[in-house]
Amino acid sequence: MTAKQIIFVILYIVLAPLIGGFLEGCDRKISARMQRRVGPPILQPFYDVQKLLNKQTIAVRKAQGVYLIIYLILMVFTGCMFFAGTDMLMCFFVLSTAATFLYFAAVVTNSPYSTIGGQRELIQMMTYEPAVLLTCVGFYLANGTFEVDHIVSTGKSSIIYLPGFFIAFVFILTIKMRKSPFDESGSHHPHQELVKGITTEMGARNLAIYTITEWYENVFLLGVVGLFIINRHAWSIPLALLVILAVYFLEIVIDNSSARVRWQTMLRITWAVTLLSAGVNTMILMLIH
Amino acid sequence: MGKVKRSPWLLHYDGSSCNGCDIEVLASLTPVYDAERFGVENTGDPMQADILLITGGINEQNAPVVKQLYDQMPRPKVVVAVGICACTGGVFKDCYNILGGADKVIPVDIYVPGCAARPQSIIDGIIKARDLFQKRSDEHDEYERTHRGK
Repeated sequence: MTAKQIIFVILYIVLAPLIGGFLEGCDRKISARMQRRVGPPILQPFYDVQKLLNKQTIAVRKAQGVYLIIYLILMVFTGCMFFAGTDMLMCFFVLSTAATFLYFAAVVTNSPYSTIGGQRELIQMMTYEPAVLLTCVGFYLANGTFEVDHIVSTGKSSIIYLPGFFIAFVFILTIKMRKSPFDESGSHHPHQELVKGITTEMGARNLAIYTITEWYENVFLLGVVGLFIINRHAWSIPLALLVILAVYFLEIVIDNSSARVRWQTMLRITWAVTLLSAGVNTMILMLIH
Repeated sequence: MGKVKRSPWLLHYDGSSCNGCDIEVLASLTPVYDAERFGVENTGDPMQADILLITGGINEQNAPVVKQLYDQMPRPKVVVAVGICACTGGVFKDCYNILGGADKVIPVDIYVPGCAARPQSIIDGIIKARDLFQKRSDEHDEYERTHRGK
């Protein structure tokens, strides 16, 4: 590893939960303003996690804590690999493995609510996975490499070649960020689903680990959004940040203006969008090459 | 002064209420009164809750349910009884099936009387519960610090 990679990895490990928590705080505040409420303070997510870490932890099965820690480690590992500029395909495979451990953590307790949440999580994975894999393929077709540090050092932003992939990826972000209308397995504040869906049996410290992992995941996913924009020129970095913030705001708007759909509808719409935008984009790229 | 915990999550349980207080509780969580500005969040999960908010009296059927919900909540926790039925049994007090207020089965910390309790007084009760939760959390942290490993 080069010194630059080590710096990026350390920055990710330290800053990602802070940025993720801050973004969630902004999310809750903006959502509240959209509903004409005052809303919680921006730092509310940190207060929540601090409280959860100090509560008595009750777990039906102790294995749940182990699975959640593996989920956290794999998620941090995914982000570290991405920000160190390694193989993007590998990042997404590790990300899927992390999600599998979340499923284990949900079903290990045998609670009917969290088991249904876990099964819905699997359906969600099945729904977004084609778009994620196609995004990797798209980056390869546009840049001839899966390596993140090669993609960011090309002369043109990837989005010029990959507008369809960008649409598909932003579409599945709604699922990944557990936003309405696709918050099947478990939802963010202030929505509710089947008690609490996948997190029903997670209390205190375990829920805090889950929340922190979500922050790491969100920062990683927004990093992938930025990858569509960033190129060798310095001006692309502020532009990427602007696009990331715009995408995040779009997700909040969608979250607040839509009602939850059934999983069949989610599967149908997502695969249709994936096929139409990313599929057609793939064909055009293949024809050009 | 211990760590600040401005994040009381609330579990609402409806005993044998006439639903008057339930509607007021929901009103105090919706846009007009907005309890979320104090960090209060309405959760449906006892494992994640800090404040148990009970409306309605306790009868033979829901007594074990209330007990179980209380036991499922991790320490530290606070109980708020909202409405005169949850405080004492109210007009149903002498019914053959009513045991009385919520304090017949679990320890209640804060009583919010009224029929139905007004959102303003419910929010006042929640704020008192939040302060008590902070106090209990400090005691809990102190206990954990001094008794860890024993």
